[in-house]
Amino acid sequence: MSFESELLRGKFCIPECTVCKKIVWPPSEFCNHCLGQVSLKKGNFTGKIIEFSKQNEEYFCIVEFENTIRLMAKMLQIPKIGQIVKISKCGISNESYFFCVS
Amino acid sequence: MIKVGIVAYGIIPFTRDEQKIESILLKSAKNLFDNNPEINRDDIDAILVSTNNNSKYLAPILSEMVGIQPKIAHSIESLCNSGTNSIVSAYSYIASGLADMILISGAERNDSPGQILEWDNSRGEFKHPIFWASIFTKSYKRKFSISDEQLAMVSVKNHKQAKENPNALSQKTFTIRDVMNSKKLTDDIRMLDCSRPCTGSASILLASEKMAKKITDSSVWITGIGQKTTSAGFTKNTSFSSMESTKIAGYAALKMANHNIREIDVVEVHDAFSVCEPMALESLGFSKSGGGTSMIKELYETNNFKINPRGGLIGSGHPFGATGIAQTIEITQQLQSKAKNRQVDNAKIGLVHNMSAAATSSTVLILEK
Repeated sequence: MSFESELLRGKFCIPECTVCKKIVWPPSEFCNHCLGQVSLKKGNFTGKIIEFSKQNEEYFCIVEFENTIRLMAKMLQIPKIGQIVKISKCGISNESYFFCVS
Repeated sequence: MIKVGIVAYGIIPFTRDEQKIESILLKSAKNLFDNNPEINRDDIDAILVSTNNNSKYLAPILSEMVGIQPKIAHSIESLCNSGTNSIVSAYSYIASGLADMILISGAERNDSPGQILEWDNSRGEFKHPIFWASIFTKSYKRKFSISDEQLAMVSVKNHKQAKENPNALSQKTFTIRDVMNSKKLTDDIRMLDCSRPCTGSASILLASEKMAKKITDSSVWITGIGQKTTSAGFTKNTSFSSMESTKIAGYAALKMANHNIREIDVVEVHDAFSVCEPMALESLGFSKSGGGTSMIKELYETNNFKINPRGGLIGSGHPFGATGIAQTIEITQQLQSKAKNRQVDNAKIGLVHNMSAAATSSTVLILEK
């Protein structure tokens, strides 16, 4: 089970070091702090909107999870800075990750 | 440590033309040798090529095309700051005594693969540079209450200055209204806020003090170098309204050169997008936080070419591997009083700021007469 295999199934997991418990982002096989093995934490995580802009009718946002992970996600409603969101859809398309939040 | 100087340079006009990478590399190197017939090519003991192009073995290929059999020949890639990374590598070879004179040639085609950093999956599907630039712009405008019109002045100023640069991609001037009415790419970025990938090449020759003095009495010396990489991924930036890697690199370069920012007479900053110019000026200490656009407006209104005299990346075009070298050539020309209509009066100390991948990595050079 890898971050990408879970993402392909539409599940967003948080990569965490099995040794020092540090969150490793972007996902990697080994921790960038202690080089320990990384495992995946499952859950229905909430994130916070840090910044956003808009292209055509879609917003793209920087969303922060667990005070550590930041990723760029699509949002259809008007975002607000500090708004709490959840990942509504995610996966891999054309070799790129994609994330939607609401 | 051995002192290192810039003794010669060559550059070709930046265009949208389709040309072979080997051909454009050769053209700027030929321009260098044509302009400096006193240089004995047998004295060049290293050739470095700066590019994001996928072609292989370009430094040995360039060596063969210019009839040199160097000790050292290899390529250097670091996205948009490949050029100054190559200059820093050449500096290190010379300062350590491994080489005496080094040709650095940077080149890129307008279809460069250096535009997209595929690895950075934290950007999700938003991997094109306009998306990080939009986040920077929105964050900068929000934090300092800056308008789109204030940022548009960067493009207006740099296109105006590029008109005095015969090698610039753009030879047109624009008004703030033109920038505001140009194609809207996102809510925060318009077409004229962007530097354009293009085909271009620039070459520069570095030498030890002993070798430099044999060739010319107008060498420009590299007296300060600062570099910092904070991450590879855009979302790891701790701020989206300032450039942390630039702050650290700028401080290190000034410390090495034993100067302060007020002593700098002429500057090339990496204006990949309009917002990058005020952010870079503030991060380097030329302006207080949020004051960069006021400084840019004043420079424009007083016809002061101190910042980005050749027109920056927005006016000159952005052939990634050649950009840092072209920026360094501009400051060299300024310090040699050879910048013609772009000349900044009495320029003695110059600064080059070259960065990559949303300011995750920055290089700052200090140059002096």
